[in-house]
Amino acid sequence: MSNQAVQARTTALETRLRVANLNVTFGEGEKAVNVLQNITLEVGAGEFVCLLGPSGCGKSTLLNVLGGFLKPDSGEVVIDGKPVLGPDPRRIFVFQERGVFPWMTVEGNIGFGLFRLTKEEQARRIFYYVNLVGLSGFEKAYPHELSGGMKQRVEVARALAVNPDVLFLDEPFGALDSITRLIMRRELLRIWQKERKTVLFVTHDIDESIQLADRVLVMSTRPATIQRVVDIDIDHPRDISSRHYLDLRDQIFEQIGLAHKV
Amino acid sequence: MKRWQSRISPFLTAVLLLAAWHAAVVWTHTRIFPGPVQVLAGLKDLAGRDLLAGYVRDSLLRVSAGYLAAVALGLPLGLMLGGSPTAAAALNPPIQIMRPISPLAWIPLAIIWFGVGSGAAVFLIFLASVFPIIVATIDAVRSIPPVFRNAGQNFGLPSAMLLRKVIFPAALPQILVGLRIALGIAWLVVVAAEMIAVDSGLGYLIIDSRNAGQRYDLVVAGMLLIGIVGVILDSIMRRIETLKSVRWGFCND
Repeated sequence: MSNQAVQARTTALETRLRVANLNVTFGEGEKAVNVLQNITLEVGAGEFVCLLGPSGCGKSTLLNVLGGFLKPDSGEVVIDGKPVLGPDPRRIFVFQERGVFPWMTVEGNIGFGLFRLTKEEQARRIFYYVNLVGLSGFEKAYPHELSGGMKQRVEVARALAVNPDVLFLDEPFGALDSITRLIMRRELLRIWQKERKTVLFVTHDIDESIQLADRVLVMSTRPATIQRVVDIDIDHPRDISSRHYLDLRDQIFEQIGLAHKV
Repeated sequence: MKRWQSRISPFLTAVLLLAAWHAAVVWTHTRIFPGPVQVLAGLKDLAGRDLLAGYVRDSLLRVSAGYLAAVALGLPLGLMLGGSPTAAAALNPPIQIMRPISPLAWIPLAIIWFGVGSGAAVFLIFLASVFPIIVATIDAVRSIPPVFRNAGQNFGLPSAMLLRKVIFPAALPQILVGLRIALGIAWLVVVAAEMIAVDSGLGYLIIDSRNAGQRYDLVVAGMLLIGIVGVILDSIMRRIETLKSVRWGFCND
Protein backbone atom coordinates (compact mmCIF):
# COMPACT_ATOMS: atom_id res chain seq x y z
CA MET A 1 0.00 0.00 0.00
CA SER A 2 1.37 3.40 -0.89
CA ASN A 3 2.47 5.86 1.74
CA GLN A 4 -0.23 8.16 0.52
CA ALA A 5 -2.90 5.63 1.29
CA VAL A 6 -1.42 4.96 4.72
CA GLN A 7 -1.56 8.63 5.59
CA ALA A 8 -4.96 9.40 4.18
CA ARG A 9 -7.20 8.67 7.07
CA THR A 10 -10.10 9.06 9.33
CA THR A 11 -13.27 8.68 7.41
CA ALA A 12 -16.15 10.76 8.65
CA LEU A 13 -14.96 11.18 12.25
CA GLU A 14 -13.69 14.44 13.60
CA THR A 15 -9.91 14.23 13.99
CA ARG A 16 -8.86 13.98 17.63
CA LEU A 17 -5.18 13.12 17.38
CA ARG A 18 -2.73 13.89 14.63
CA VAL A 19 0.89 12.79 14.41
CA ALA A 20 3.12 14.19 11.67
CA ASN A 21 6.61 13.03 10.62
CA LEU A 22 7.54 11.81 14.07
CA ASN A 23 11.12 10.66 14.66
CA VAL A 24 12.65 9.30 17.87
CA THR A 25 16.28 8.31 18.31
CA PHE A 26 17.77 6.74 21.42
CA GLY A 27 21.44 7.27 22.24
CA GLU A 28 23.97 9.45 20.47
CA GLY A 29 26.71 9.22 17.86
CA GLU A 30 27.53 5.76 16.56
CA LYS A 31 25.36 4.05 19.14
CA ALA A 32 22.28 5.99 18.12
CA VAL A 33 19.29 3.79 17.39
CA ASN A 34 16.51 5.12 15.25
CA VAL A 35 13.42 3.85 17.08
CA LEU A 36 10.59 5.64 15.31
CA GLN A 37 10.90 6.83 11.75
CA ASN A 38 8.61 9.23 10.03
CA ILE A 39 5.42 8.18 11.77
CA THR A 40 2.34 9.91 10.47
CA LEU A 41 -1.16 9.00 11.59
CA GLU A 42 -4.54 10.37 12.47
CA VAL A 43 -7.11 9.10 14.91
CA GLY A 44 -10.72 10.22 14.92
CA ALA A 45 -12.77 11.09 18.01
CA GLY A 46 -14.25 7.95 19.53
CA GLU A 47 -12.18 5.66 17.35
CA PHE A 48 -10.54 2.47 18.63
CA VAL A 49 -7.10 2.05 17.05
CA CYS A 50 -4.65 -0.77 17.68
CA LEU A 51 -0.90 -0.40 17.19
CA LEU A 52 0.25 -3.90 16.29
CA GLY A 53 3.84 -5.02 16.08
CA PRO A 54 6.42 -7.43 17.47
CA SER A 55 7.91 -6.88 20.93
CA GLY A 56 10.55 -4.20 21.00
CA CYS A 57 9.52 -2.62 17.70
CA GLY A 58 8.93 0.80 19.24
CA LYS A 59 5.16 0.81 19.57
CA SER A 60 5.36 1.50 23.30
CA THR A 61 7.80 4.31 22.58
CA LEU A 62 5.24 5.78 20.19
CA LEU A 63 2.54 5.54 22.84
CA ASN A 64 4.83 7.24 25.39
CA VAL A 65 5.39 10.12 22.97
CA LEU A 66 1.64 10.45 22.39
CA GLY A 67 1.05 10.41 26.16
CA GLY A 68 3.55 13.23 26.65
CA PHE A 69 6.04 11.18 28.67
CA LEU A 70 8.74 11.29 25.98
CA LYS A 71 9.82 14.14 23.71
CA PRO A 72 10.30 13.27 20.03
CA ASP A 73 13.45 14.36 18.19
CA SER A 74 11.34 15.82 15.42
CA GLY A 75 7.77 15.90 14.26
CA GLU A 76 4.69 16.87 16.18
CA VAL A 77 1.79 15.40 18.08
CA VAL A 78 -1.39 17.42 18.07
CA ILE A 79 -4.45 16.53 20.10
CA ASP A 80 -7.63 18.58 19.68
CA GLY A 81 -5.67 21.18 17.79
CA LYS A 82 -3.03 21.68 20.49
CA PRO A 83 0.52 20.31 20.51
CA VAL A 84 1.25 17.76 23.25
CA LEU A 85 3.87 19.13 25.66
CA GLY A 86 3.51 16.75 28.58
CA PRO A 87 1.17 14.37 30.39
CA ASP A 88 -2.37 15.66 30.77
CA PRO A 89 -5.36 14.31 32.73
CA ARG A 90 -7.50 14.55 29.60
CA ARG A 91 -5.40 11.73 28.17
CA ILE A 92 -4.84 8.84 30.53
CA PHE A 93 -2.23 6.17 30.12
CA VAL A 94 -3.11 2.67 31.31
CA PHE A 95 -0.13 0.46 32.03
CA GLN A 96 -0.32 -3.25 32.66
CA GLU A 97 -1.85 -3.72 36.08
CA ARG A 98 1.52 -2.60 37.46
CA GLY A 99 0.21 0.97 37.43
CA VAL A 100 -2.31 0.40 40.24
CA PHE A 101 -1.12 2.00 43.48
CA PRO A 102 -0.60 -0.86 45.96
CA TRP A 103 -0.84 1.44 49.02
CA MET A 104 -4.39 2.49 48.20
CA THR A 105 -7.65 0.59 48.33
CA VAL A 106 -9.74 0.01 45.21
CA GLU A 107 -11.75 3.13 46.13
CA GLY A 108 -8.61 5.16 46.72
CA ASN A 109 -7.18 4.15 43.37
CA ILE A 110 -10.34 4.87 41.41
CA GLY A 111 -10.76 8.23 43.14
CA PHE A 112 -7.08 9.12 42.71
CA GLY A 113 -7.53 11.62 39.88
CA LEU A 114 -10.69 13.22 41.30
CA PHE A 115 -9.03 15.55 43.82
CA ARG A 116 -10.43 18.67 42.18
CA LEU A 117 -14.04 17.55 42.66
CA THR A 118 -16.29 17.83 45.70
CA LYS A 119 -16.48 14.89 48.10
CA GLU A 120 -20.03 14.06 46.94
CA GLU A 121 -19.04 14.06 43.27
CA GLN A 122 -15.99 11.90 44.06
CA ALA A 123 -18.13 9.38 45.91
CA ARG A 124 -20.68 9.34 43.09
CA ARG A 125 -18.06 8.67 40.41
CA ILE A 126 -16.24 6.06 42.47
CA PHE A 127 -19.52 4.24 43.01
CA TYR A 128 -20.37 4.42 39.30
CA TYR A 129 -17.02 3.16 38.03
CA VAL A 130 -16.63 0.46 40.68
CA ASN A 131 -19.90 -0.92 39.35
CA LEU A 132 -19.01 -0.38 35.70
CA VAL A 133 -15.91 -2.57 35.99
CA GLY A 134 -17.71 -5.12 38.17
CA LEU A 135 -15.80 -4.60 41.42
CA SER A 136 -18.63 -3.78 43.82
CA GLY A 137 -17.95 -5.42 47.16
CA PHE A 138 -14.19 -4.87 46.73
CA GLU A 139 -14.13 -1.12 47.43
CA LYS A 140 -12.04 -1.49 50.58
CA ALA A 141 -9.72 -4.21 49.23
CA TYR A 142 -6.05 -3.56 48.59
CA PRO A 143 -4.53 -4.51 45.23
CA HIS A 144 -2.45 -7.35 46.70
CA GLU A 145 -5.72 -8.97 47.71
CA LEU A 146 -6.99 -8.92 44.09
CA SER A 147 -6.29 -11.06 41.03
CA GLY A 148 -4.43 -9.72 38.00
CA GLY A 149 -7.65 -9.20 36.04
CA MET A 150 -9.26 -7.30 38.93
CA LYS A 151 -6.23 -5.04 39.26
CA GLN A 152 -6.48 -4.32 35.56
CA ARG A 153 -10.13 -3.36 36.02
CA VAL A 154 -9.11 -0.99 38.82
CA GLU A 155 -6.66 0.73 36.55
CA VAL A 156 -9.17 1.07 33.72
CA ALA A 157 -11.75 2.45 36.17
CA ARG A 158 -9.21 4.92 37.59
CA ALA A 159 -8.55 6.16 34.06
CA LEU A 160 -12.23 6.43 33.10
CA ALA A 161 -13.22 8.16 36.34
CA VAL A 162 -11.51 11.41 35.32
CA ASN A 163 -13.53 11.36 32.08
CA PRO A 164 -10.58 11.65 29.70
CA ASP A 165 -10.91 12.25 25.96
CA VAL A 166 -8.25 9.72 25.06
CA LEU A 167 -7.11 6.44 26.59
CA PHE A 168 -3.67 5.03 25.86
CA LEU A 169 -3.41 1.35 26.70
CA ASP A 170 0.04 -0.26 26.60
CA GLU A 171 -0.38 -4.03 26.28
CA PRO A 172 -2.85 -3.82 29.16
CA PHE A 173 -3.78 -7.50 29.15
CA GLY A 174 -0.30 -8.86 28.42
CA ALA A 175 0.26 -10.23 31.91
CA LEU A 176 -3.13 -11.95 32.22
CA ASP A 177 -3.91 -15.59 31.52
CA SER A 178 -5.63 -16.29 28.20
CA ILE A 179 -9.13 -16.78 29.59
CA THR A 180 -9.05 -13.62 31.70
CA ARG A 181 -7.65 -11.79 28.70
CA LEU A 182 -10.70 -12.75 26.61
CA ILE A 183 -13.05 -11.61 29.35
CA MET A 184 -11.19 -8.32 29.72
CA ARG A 185 -11.39 -7.67 25.96
CA ARG A 186 -15.15 -8.13 26.06
CA GLU A 187 -15.37 -5.84 29.11
CA LEU A 188 -13.24 -3.18 27.45
CA LEU A 189 -15.43 -3.24 24.34
CA ARG A 190 -18.57 -3.00 26.45
CA ILE A 191 -17.17 0.01 28.29
CA TRP A 192 -15.87 1.60 25.10
CA GLN A 193 -19.26 1.27 23.41
CA LYS A 194 -20.83 2.91 26.44
CA GLU A 195 -18.35 5.76 26.93
CA ARG A 196 -16.97 6.19 23.39
CA LYS A 197 -13.52 7.32 24.35
CA THR A 198 -10.82 7.58 21.73
CA VAL A 199 -8.63 4.55 22.36
CA LEU A 200 -5.06 3.79 21.28
CA PHE A 201 -4.24 0.23 22.20
CA VAL A 202 -0.75 -1.25 21.85
CA THR A 203 -0.54 -5.01 21.39
CA HIS A 204 1.59 -7.71 19.83
CA ASP A 205 -1.39 -10.06 19.59
CA ILE A 206 -2.88 -10.18 16.08
CA ASP A 207 -6.21 -11.66 17.20
CA GLU A 208 -6.54 -9.14 19.98
CA SER A 209 -6.15 -6.28 17.51
CA ILE A 210 -8.77 -7.66 15.09
CA GLN A 211 -11.23 -8.37 17.89
CA LEU A 212 -10.99 -4.88 19.35
CA ALA A 213 -10.06 -2.23 16.83
CA ASP A 214 -11.79 -0.17 14.20
CA ARG A 215 -8.40 0.11 12.54
CA VAL A 216 -5.16 -1.78 13.00
CA LEU A 217 -1.87 0.00 12.32
CA VAL A 218 0.69 -2.71 11.54
CA MET A 219 4.17 -1.61 12.54
CA SER A 220 7.53 -2.87 11.30
CA THR A 221 10.58 -3.51 13.44
CA ARG A 222 13.29 -0.93 14.05
CA PRO A 223 13.11 1.68 12.97
CA ALA A 224 9.36 1.44 13.48
CA THR A 225 7.28 2.67 10.62
CA ILE A 226 3.62 2.12 9.95
CA GLN A 227 3.66 -0.62 7.34
CA ARG A 228 0.04 -0.89 6.68
CA VAL A 229 -3.37 0.16 7.92
CA VAL A 230 -6.10 -2.46 8.07
CA ASP A 231 -9.71 -1.39 8.49
CA ILE A 232 -11.67 -3.88 10.54
CA ASP A 233 -15.13 -3.42 9.08
CA ILE A 234 -16.96 -5.98 11.18
CA ASP A 235 -19.76 -5.02 13.56
CA HIS A 236 -19.56 -5.82 17.27
CA PRO A 237 -20.00 -8.43 18.66
CA ARG A 238 -17.55 -9.94 16.20
CA ASP A 239 -17.77 -13.50 14.98
CA ILE A 240 -14.19 -14.65 15.23
CA SER A 241 -14.73 -17.67 12.99
CA SER A 242 -16.36 -15.72 10.14
CA ARG A 243 -14.83 -15.76 6.69
CA HIS A 244 -14.10 -12.04 6.77
CA TYR A 245 -12.41 -12.16 10.17
CA LEU A 246 -10.13 -14.93 8.98
CA ASP A 247 -9.35 -13.04 5.77
CA LEU A 248 -8.29 -9.96 7.69
CA ARG A 249 -6.21 -12.14 9.98
CA ASP A 250 -4.48 -13.73 7.00
CA GLN A 251 -3.72 -10.31 5.53
CA ILE A 252 -2.02 -9.20 8.72
CA PHE A 253 -0.10 -12.45 9.10
CA GLU A 254 1.17 -12.01 5.56
CA GLN A 255 2.06 -8.40 6.13
CA ILE A 256 4.15 -9.34 9.17
CA GLY A 257 5.82 -12.03 7.10
CA LEU A 258 4.40 -15.06 8.84
CA ALA A 259 2.60 -17.80 7.03
CA HIS A 260 0.05 -18.87 9.62
CA LYS A 261 1.27 -22.42 9.70
CA VAL A 262 3.20 -23.40 12.78
CA MET B 1 7.83 -29.21 63.01
CA LYS B 2 4.50 -29.53 64.78
CA ARG B 3 2.88 -26.44 66.16
CA TRP B 4 3.22 -27.21 69.86
CA GLN B 5 6.86 -28.04 69.29
CA SER B 6 7.63 -24.67 67.74
CA ARG B 7 5.77 -23.02 70.61
CA ILE B 8 7.61 -24.90 73.30
CA SER B 9 11.12 -24.94 71.84
CA PRO B 10 12.03 -21.32 72.71
CA PHE B 11 11.15 -21.98 76.37
CA LEU B 12 13.20 -25.15 76.30
CA THR B 13 16.21 -23.26 74.92
CA ALA B 14 15.85 -20.58 77.60
CA VAL B 15 15.66 -23.17 80.38
CA LEU B 16 18.72 -24.99 79.02
CA LEU B 17 20.74 -21.78 78.72
CA LEU B 18 19.81 -20.69 82.27
CA ALA B 19 20.70 -24.14 83.59
CA ALA B 20 24.07 -24.10 81.80
CA TRP B 21 24.76 -20.61 83.14
CA HIS B 22 23.86 -21.67 86.66
CA ALA B 23 25.94 -24.84 86.41
CA ALA B 24 28.98 -22.97 85.10
CA VAL B 25 28.85 -20.50 87.98
CA VAL B 26 28.48 -23.28 90.54
CA TRP B 27 31.21 -25.51 89.14
CA THR B 28 33.82 -22.77 88.68
CA HIS B 29 33.25 -21.43 92.24
CA THR B 30 33.51 -17.89 90.85
CA ARG B 31 32.97 -15.13 93.37
CA ILE B 32 32.67 -12.28 90.88
CA PHE B 33 30.44 -13.53 88.10
CA PRO B 34 26.78 -13.84 89.17
CA GLY B 35 24.44 -16.73 88.41
CA PRO B 36 20.83 -16.35 87.25
CA VAL B 37 19.50 -16.50 90.80
CA GLN B 38 21.67 -13.58 91.95
CA VAL B 39 20.73 -11.58 88.86
CA LEU B 40 17.05 -12.11 89.59
CA ALA B 41 17.64 -11.01 93.18
CA GLY B 42 19.48 -7.94 91.89
CA LEU B 43 16.54 -7.06 89.65
CA LYS B 44 14.17 -7.39 92.62
CA ASP B 45 16.46 -5.19 94.68
CA LEU B 46 16.43 -2.48 91.97
CA ALA B 47 12.70 -2.69 91.56
CA GLY B 48 12.29 -2.45 95.33
CA ARG B 49 14.28 0.80 95.37
CA ASP B 50 12.07 2.23 92.59
CA LEU B 51 15.11 2.59 90.34
CA LEU B 52 14.27 0.03 87.67
CA ALA B 53 11.28 1.73 86.03
CA GLY B 54 12.99 5.12 86.26
CA TYR B 55 16.15 3.88 84.54
CA VAL B 56 14.22 2.20 81.72
CA ARG B 57 12.06 5.29 81.32
CA ASP B 58 15.07 7.65 81.16
CA SER B 59 16.81 5.52 78.55
CA LEU B 60 13.63 5.34 76.46
CA LEU B 61 13.10 9.11 76.73
CA ARG B 62 16.62 9.83 75.51
CA VAL B 63 16.25 7.38 72.62
CA SER B 64 12.87 8.85 71.70
CA ALA B 65 14.20 12.43 71.69
CA GLY B 66 17.31 11.68 69.64
CA TYR B 67 15.57 9.27 67.30
CA LEU B 68 12.56 11.51 66.63
CA ALA B 69 14.88 14.44 65.90
CA ALA B 70 16.74 12.19 63.44
CA VAL B 71 13.46 11.18 61.76
CA ALA B 72 12.33 14.82 61.62
CA LEU B 73 15.51 15.84 59.82
CA GLY B 74 16.46 12.66 57.96
CA LEU B 75 13.11 11.84 56.38
CA PRO B 76 12.44 15.18 54.61
CA LEU B 77 16.13 15.49 53.67
CA GLY B 78 16.16 11.96 52.25
CA LEU B 79 12.95 12.57 50.29
CA MET B 80 14.43 15.75 48.86
CA LEU B 81 17.79 14.23 47.97
CA GLY B 82 16.13 11.13 46.53
CA GLY B 83 14.06 13.30 44.20
CA SER B 84 16.80 15.68 43.15
CA PRO B 85 20.01 14.19 41.69
CA THR B 86 21.65 17.65 41.72
CA ALA B 87 21.09 18.20 45.44
CA ALA B 88 22.13 14.63 46.14
CA ALA B 89 25.41 15.06 44.24
CA ALA B 90 26.15 18.24 46.21
CA LEU B 91 25.42 16.80 49.65
CA ASN B 92 26.66 13.28 49.08
CA PRO B 93 30.39 13.78 49.94
CA PRO B 94 29.84 15.23 53.46
CA ILE B 95 27.17 12.61 54.21
CA GLN B 96 29.40 9.76 53.06
CA ILE B 97 32.34 11.03 55.14
CA MET B 98 30.29 11.56 58.30
CA ARG B 99 28.54 8.22 58.01
CA PRO B 100 31.40 5.84 58.93
CA ILE B 101 32.42 7.92 61.99
CA SER B 102 31.26 6.00 65.05
CA PRO B 103 28.95 8.04 67.25
CA LEU B 104 31.30 7.22 70.12
CA ALA B 105 34.01 9.29 68.41
CA TRP B 106 31.71 12.29 68.84
CA ILE B 107 31.60 11.93 72.64
CA PRO B 108 34.30 14.56 73.40
CA LEU B 109 32.66 17.11 71.09
CA ALA B 110 29.17 16.27 72.37
CA ILE B 111 30.30 17.02 75.93
CA ILE B 112 31.88 20.34 74.88
CA TRP B 113 28.69 21.39 73.08
CA PHE B 114 26.03 20.03 75.39
CA GLY B 115 27.85 19.57 78.70
CA VAL B 116 27.61 16.46 80.84
CA GLY B 117 23.92 15.56 80.78
CA SER B 118 21.03 14.28 78.74
CA GLY B 119 21.71 16.75 75.91
CA ALA B 120 24.97 15.05 74.98
CA ALA B 121 23.38 11.59 75.06
CA VAL B 122 20.43 12.71 72.92
CA PHE B 123 22.83 14.33 70.46
CA LEU B 124 24.81 11.09 70.11
CA ILE B 125 21.64 9.10 69.47
CA PHE B 126 20.55 11.65 66.90
CA LEU B 127 23.90 11.37 65.10
CA ALA B 128 23.85 7.59 65.16
CA SER B 129 20.36 7.27 63.68
CA VAL B 130 20.16 10.22 61.26
CA PHE B 131 22.55 8.85 58.62
CA PRO B 132 20.92 5.43 58.20
CA ILE B 133 17.55 7.22 57.88
CA ILE B 134 18.82 9.66 55.23
CA VAL B 135 20.51 6.94 53.20
CA ALA B 136 17.57 4.51 53.39
CA THR B 137 15.12 7.25 52.36
CA ILE B 138 17.23 8.32 49.38
CA ASP B 139 17.51 4.70 48.21
CA ALA B 140 13.79 4.15 48.75
CA VAL B 141 12.81 7.17 46.65
CA ARG B 142 15.24 6.25 43.89
CA SER B 143 13.92 2.73 43.58
CA ILE B 144 10.27 3.73 43.09
CA PRO B 145 9.15 2.16 39.79
CA PRO B 146 8.75 4.96 37.20
CA VAL B 147 5.26 3.69 36.41
CA PHE B 148 3.94 5.12 39.73
CA ARG B 149 5.49 8.53 39.17
CA ASN B 150 4.21 8.60 35.57
CA ALA B 151 0.70 7.65 36.66
CA GLY B 152 0.76 10.40 39.31
CA GLN B 153 1.88 13.01 36.79
CA ASN B 154 -0.65 11.79 34.25
CA PHE B 155 -3.52 12.74 36.57
CA GLY B 156 -2.11 16.24 36.87
CA LEU B 157 -1.22 16.24 40.57
CA PRO B 158 0.60 19.36 41.80
CA SER B 159 4.11 18.46 42.98
CA ALA B 160 3.36 18.73 46.73
CA MET B 161 0.42 16.37 46.31
CA LEU B 162 2.49 14.03 44.13
CA LEU B 163 5.01 13.81 46.96
CA ARG B 164 2.33 13.16 49.58
CA LYS B 165 0.12 10.76 47.64
CA VAL B 166 2.61 8.93 45.41
CA ILE B 167 6.32 9.37 46.16
CA PHE B 168 6.11 9.03 49.95
CA PRO B 169 3.73 6.05 50.13
CA ALA B 170 5.59 4.32 47.27
CA ALA B 171 8.87 4.66 49.16
CA LEU B 172 7.41 3.95 52.61
CA PRO B 173 7.99 0.18 52.88
CA GLN B 174 11.70 0.59 52.20
CA ILE B 175 11.87 3.68 54.42
CA LEU B 176 10.37 1.64 57.27
CA VAL B 177 13.17 -0.91 56.98
CA GLY B 178 15.65 1.95 57.35
CA LEU B 179 13.73 3.36 60.33
CA ARG B 180 13.77 0.00 62.05
CA ILE B 181 17.52 -0.42 61.58
CA ALA B 182 18.08 3.15 62.77
CA LEU B 183 16.05 2.53 65.93
CA GLY B 184 18.15 -0.54 66.67
CA ILE B 185 21.31 1.55 66.32
CA ALA B 186 19.84 4.31 68.50
CA TRP B 187 19.18 1.78 71.27
CA LEU B 188 22.74 0.43 70.97
CA VAL B 189 24.14 3.94 71.31
CA VAL B 190 22.02 5.14 74.23
CA VAL B 191 23.76 2.64 76.49
CA ALA B 192 27.20 3.86 75.47
CA ALA B 193 26.10 7.49 75.78
CA GLU B 194 24.73 6.94 79.28
CA MET B 195 28.02 5.48 80.43
CA ILE B 196 29.77 8.80 79.98
CA ALA B 197 27.38 11.65 80.23
CA VAL B 198 24.51 11.06 82.63
CA ASP B 199 23.50 9.65 86.02
CA SER B 200 20.44 7.60 85.15
CA GLY B 201 19.38 5.05 82.56
CA LEU B 202 20.38 1.48 81.79
CA GLY B 203 23.87 2.39 80.56
CA TYR B 204 24.46 4.30 83.76
CA LEU B 205 23.15 1.33 85.76
CA ILE B 206 25.82 -0.93 84.27
CA ILE B 207 28.77 1.40 84.67
CA ASP B 208 27.67 2.59 88.13
CA SER B 209 27.09 -0.95 89.43
CA ARG B 210 30.65 -1.85 88.49
CA ASN B 211 32.28 1.34 89.77
CA ALA B 212 30.31 1.68 92.96
CA GLY B 213 30.57 -1.79 94.40
CA GLN B 214 31.47 -4.46 91.91
CA ARG B 215 27.76 -5.41 91.71
CA TYR B 216 28.08 -7.71 88.74
CA ASP B 217 24.60 -9.07 89.37
CA LEU B 218 23.29 -5.62 88.50
CA VAL B 219 25.62 -5.34 85.48
CA VAL B 220 24.17 -8.54 84.01
CA ALA B 221 20.64 -7.49 85.01
CA GLY B 222 21.16 -4.24 83.11
CA MET B 223 22.40 -6.13 80.07
CA LEU B 224 19.34 -8.39 80.08
CA LEU B 225 16.99 -5.42 80.37
CA ILE B 226 18.69 -3.73 77.42
CA GLY B 227 18.19 -6.87 75.36
CA ILE B 228 14.54 -7.22 76.32
CA VAL B 229 13.66 -3.57 75.64
CA GLY B 230 15.50 -3.80 72.30
CA VAL B 231 13.40 -6.79 71.26
CA ILE B 232 10.21 -4.95 72.22
CA LEU B 233 11.20 -1.86 70.20
CA ASP B 234 12.02 -4.00 67.19
CA SER B 235 8.75 -5.90 67.39
CA ILE B 236 6.81 -2.62 67.50
CA MET B 237 8.53 -1.53 64.28
CA ARG B 238 7.79 -4.91 62.70
CA ARG B 239 4.16 -4.54 63.68
CA ILE B 240 4.03 -1.31 61.65
CA GLU B 241 5.29 -3.22 58.61
CA THR B 242 2.18 -5.41 58.63
CA LEU B 243 -0.22 -2.46 58.15
CA LYS B 244 -2.14 -2.92 54.93
CA SER B 245 -0.99 0.29 53.30
CA VAL B 246 2.66 -0.82 53.45
CA ARG B 247 2.32 -4.61 53.46
CA TRP B 248 2.58 -4.78 49.66
CA GLY B 249 6.24 -3.84 49.97
CA PHE B 250 7.06 -6.84 52.15
CA CYS B 251 5.36 -9.71 50.33
CA ASN B 252 5.18 -10.97 46.79
CA ASP B 253 1.55 -11.97 46.58
